[in-house]
Amino acid sequence: MSSPDLQILGLTLRTAALATLLIVPPGLAVAWLLARKRWRGKSLVETFVALPLVMPPVATGLILLELFGRRGPIGSWLPFDVVFTWRAVVLAMMVMSFPLLVRAARVAFEEVDPRLERIAQTLGARDARVFFTITLPLAMRGILSGVLLAFARAIGEFGATILVAGNIPGRTMTLSLAIYNLVQLGRDADAFRLLGIAVVIAFLAVWTTEAFLRRRA
Amino acid sequence: MRRSLLLALLVAANLHAAEVRVLAAASLTDVLQDIAKQYQKSAYDQIVFSFGASNLLARQIEAGAPADLFLSADERSMSRVKTIAKVNMLTNSLVVVVPADGHTMKTSRDLLKMKTIALAEPSSVPAGIYAREWLESQKLWTAIAPRVVPTDNVRSALAAVAAGNADAAIVYKTDAMVSKKVRVTYRATNGPRIVYPFALLKDAKQPQAARRFLNYLKGPSARAIFVRHGFDVLP
Repeated sequence: MSSPDLQILGLTLRTAALATLLIVPPGLAVAWLLARKRWRGKSLVETFVALPLVMPPVATGLILLELFGRRGPIGSWLPFDVVFTWRAVVLAMMVMSFPLLVRAARVAFEEVDPRLERIAQTLGARDARVFFTITLPLAMRGILSGVLLAFARAIGEFGATILVAGNIPGRTMTLSLAIYNLVQLGRDADAFRLLGIAVVIAFLAVWTTEAFLRRRA
Repeated sequence: MRRSLLLALLVAANLHAAEVRVLAAASLTDVLQDIAKQYQKSAYDQIVFSFGASNLLARQIEAGAPADLFLSADERSMSRVKTIAKVNMLTNSLVVVVPADGHTMKTSRDLLKMKTIALAEPSSVPAGIYAREWLESQKLWTAIAPRVVPTDNVRSALAAVAAGNADAAIVYKTDAMVSKKVRVTYRATNGPRIVYPFALLKDAKQPQAARRFLNYLKGPSARAIFVRHGFDVLP
């Protein structure tokens, strides 16, 4: 691996890790609400959360570009630039990975036997304590596999990223964008080297996820 | 009898109107669409365009994409493909555009006031290479390079400024005329020589029809449209 490769890999892993970290708290909250509570507009939120999974990523990117552009309804209020910076990379990754995390975590929460939670309640535990001592530990493996999936999806993110973050070497050029760029430049050999790295990361992510799920079974 | 045969032949020719596939530099988007509209008033052939960065189009041609004419924004891209007839058609020049409410530049050094500068990819796309050559001649490239947002083609650099997401872009003067949301703040009068070669491709499927359109592009009515869009037509 050459030093530009390492730089690209470093940027990709850092932004993907930050994106994953940032979506875990809201992701778990939404997943828990969807799994355990009935509320008005639940199906609407459910659909909305799943949207980035089914929409063309480039369409999601366009929405983000409009919202977070310097003149966009959100971008114009922020004290810093988002578009064409590393923040846009993280933003695109967060939006695209969120549904994967929520789906996995929701299933994990649903598989926790509610009777165990009620027993804890009858023994005097409050909601928060039930969640952190019963629900979360029992759902942990499913959640972790969701986190890994979200992380892997973030690493691979391309369509939305190229619109909101551009393809700036050293700043927003992640692994996927670098492969695209190298192919455009006709440097196929370099592209194949990065492709090799991408395959290894994807393999590790899926393999680890499967390992988590296997252990539970 | 002979006349009706002739008529039948004409009808048949009409039915078999050729489809001319033209791969053209992104900066030619508007002008060529205007010219084709004009051309199709008198010709039966269908002109089908595909616009993009010339280097990318050259790569597509190399890879066997169906194409009859290649209208490139630089010689470097053109030299990568096999051609039959080639002519240097147009010249253009570079300008710096900013958002309508953006910074004003007096000298090229004022580019250093800009935080983000959109350029077509400066190592491969013609407009980006020209821009880099100009900045190098101004001894500004090393200072500007870290602020560059590279884009797929020259029109995406223009779009980044039009949306206000980049402080400036270096584009062709003809691109600047397309958007009302940007204004030209500096003209690179001492920039590199920009020449657009047009060529009939060796692997053209419709060489006759393609040659007809190429000749039309060289003719007076196309010339007038090129000039109206700000291009200088080479004699």
